[in-house]
Amino acid sequence: MVNIKNLYKEFGSLMAVDDISFQVNQGEVLGFLGPNGAGKSTTMKMITGFLTPTSGSVSIDGDDIVNDPIKVKQRLGYLPEGAPAYPDMTTMAFLDFIAQIRGFKGRDKSRRIDDTIQRINLDKVVYQSIDTLSKGFKRRVGLAQAILHDPDVLILDEPTDGLDPNQKHEVRNLIQNMAKEKVIILSTHILEEVHAVCNRAIIIANGKIVADGTPTELEAKSDNHNSITISVRAAADQASELRKSLLAVSGVYKLEALSAADSGLLTYQVFPEANRSIIAEISQHIHQQNWEVEEMFVNKGRLDDVFRTITTGV
Amino acid sequence: MRFSQISVLFKRELSSYFATPIAYVFIVIFLFLSGIFTFYLGNFFALGQADLSTFFTFHPWLYLFLIPALTMRLWAEERKSGSIELLLTLPVTIGEAVVSKFLAAWAFTAIALFLTFPMWITVNYLGEPDNAVIAAGYLGSLLMAGAFLAIGSSISALTKNQVIAFVITVVVCLVFILSGFPMVLDFFSWAPQIIVETISSFSFLTHFYSIIKGVIDLRDIIYFLSLIVFWLFCTAILIEMKKAD
Repeated sequence: MVNIKNLYKEFGSLMAVDDISFQVNQGEVLGFLGPNGAGKSTTMKMITGFLTPTSGSVSIDGDDIVNDPIKVKQRLGYLPEGAPAYPDMTTMAFLDFIAQIRGFKGRDKSRRIDDTIQRINLDKVVYQSIDTLSKGFKRRVGLAQAILHDPDVLILDEPTDGLDPNQKHEVRNLIQNMAKEKVIILSTHILEEVHAVCNRAIIIANGKIVADGTPTELEAKSDNHNSITISVRAAADQASELRKSLLAVSGVYKLEALSAADSGLLTYQVFPEANRSIIAEISQHIHQQNWEVEEMFVNKGRLDDVFRTITTGV
Repeated sequence: MRFSQISVLFKRELSSYFATPIAYVFIVIFLFLSGIFTFYLGNFFALGQADLSTFFTFHPWLYLFLIPALTMRLWAEERKSGSIELLLTLPVTIGEAVVSKFLAAWAFTAIALFLTFPMWITVNYLGEPDNAVIAAGYLGSLLMAGAFLAIGSSISALTKNQVIAFVITVVVCLVFILSGFPMVLDFFSWAPQIIVETISSFSFLTHFYSIIKGVIDLRDIIYFLSLIVFWLFCTAILIEMKKAD
C-alpha cells in the first residue's frame, strides 16, 4: 500500500505540490490527471524518491522513502517522463545493467531478462543500440526496465505518450495484466486511457487534488450525465410550445436547442435535475403527446467535460 | 557505500567510454600530444638524460584540456537526457553514483596513461634510468589526473550544458595549476602572508613536480587525495541541490 500524506513541494516561490494526500492499495490502477504543470510529475518524482518533499511523507507499507530510500526503491518500478535510458547501450546491455543493479545474478538474472523481453516483445531489438530505436520501442525499453524486478509498486509517467494506437493497446493490456498484484500509479493526458485501464482517477490542478473517484463517479459529475437528446418531427412554429411542455416534465432542469428547425426537426438536449434519470418520464411524456420522434438517446458524462470544468474552475 | 552497486555502475560507465568514439579519440590524442610535447617541446633526445622527467613535466598542461573534455559529460549529459532520474531512482545512493562515475573516469585515464608504456621501454632501451623515479612519476600523474577529474565532476554537476562545463573546468583547473604563480598570487597581494602561502601551497605543480622527482612525500599524496575527496563531496551536494531543475 502506498500512503501519501500532506505532501508539499516548493520551488522558490512556486508551490508545485500543495498538500496532497491519498492512499493506493494493491489491485488499484490509479490514473493521475491534470493539466500540464499541475504537479503530476513532481508528485511522482517525490513518490519515487527522486525529489525530496518540502514537507510531508511518502511510504510503502510503512517504509518511508526519505528515511529508508534504498529499501523503498527496491520495491518500486519507475518509468520517468520520456523514458530516458542510456542511448549508446544495446537493449540487452541496458536490461543487464538494470538487472545487476537490482541485485540479480547468474541464472536468475538471465531468466528475468528473457522473461521481460518476452513480455514486452523486445526480441527484435535486443542487440540494437537504444538511440537507433523508434519512439515506441524506446518507451517499451523504459517499461521493461521498470517491471524487470516485478516491483510491488509501479509508477508510470505518461506510459503511452507518443505511441501509435496498436502500441497503446499493447501497453494498456500489459498494465491490466499486472494490475491485480500491484499498486500502479500512472499519469496521462489521454482521458480514454483512464477508462481503458484505471479503476480510480485523481485530478489535480495547481498542486491540489480537485477530484478523486472511479472514472464512472467522475463522469457523473458532468452536466451532460444522464441528459437526453431528443429530435422531434415538428414545424418551427411549434417550438415554443414543445419547449414549454418538455420543461413541465417532472425532473427536467433545463433545455437546450441543438439545431435549427429548417429540416422539420426540432432537436433538444434535456438536462435532468442533479442525480436524476429522466428517461422514463420523457418517454412517457412523448407517448402521451403523440410526438413523432426521430431520435432519442441518453448522454453519458464525458471525462473531458469534467476535466475541463474542474481544472479551469468554470 | 555498497561495493556491489559501485562495481555495477563502474562497469557500465567504463564500458560507455568504449561504446562511443570518446575513448579512442581521447587515447589517440593523449598519446600523440604527450609524444609531441616530450620529443619536440621537451627536447627529449638533446637532453641526453635517461629519465622521463620531460615526459611528466607536460602532463599538467595536457590534462588541463583533455580531462575537462572527459568530465564535461559526466553529469551534464545525465541531466540533459533525463537519465539522472532513472539512475537516482534505482536502488543506489547519490554517493555511490558519484564515486562510481569518478572511479570509471579515473580508470579510463589510467588506461590511457598505461598506454604510454612504449616511452618507458624506449628510455630503458636507450639508457639505464632510475625506474623507481619513473614509477613515482606515473603515480604522481595518476593522482593529479584524479584531482582534475574530481574538479571536473563537480562542475559537470552544476550545469546541463557540456560546453559550459568544459570551459569552467579548464578555468578552475588552471587556477589550481597556477596558484603558486604570480598571476594568481597577485590577486591576493592585499592578503596577509599566511593566506598567500596557503594559496601557493595549493598549486598542483609544486606537489606534482616534487613527486616526479622521485620524492614520494606522504603530504603530496594526501594533498591530492584530499582534493579528490573534497570535490567529490561537492559533486554529491550539487547533484542533490540541482536535480530539481
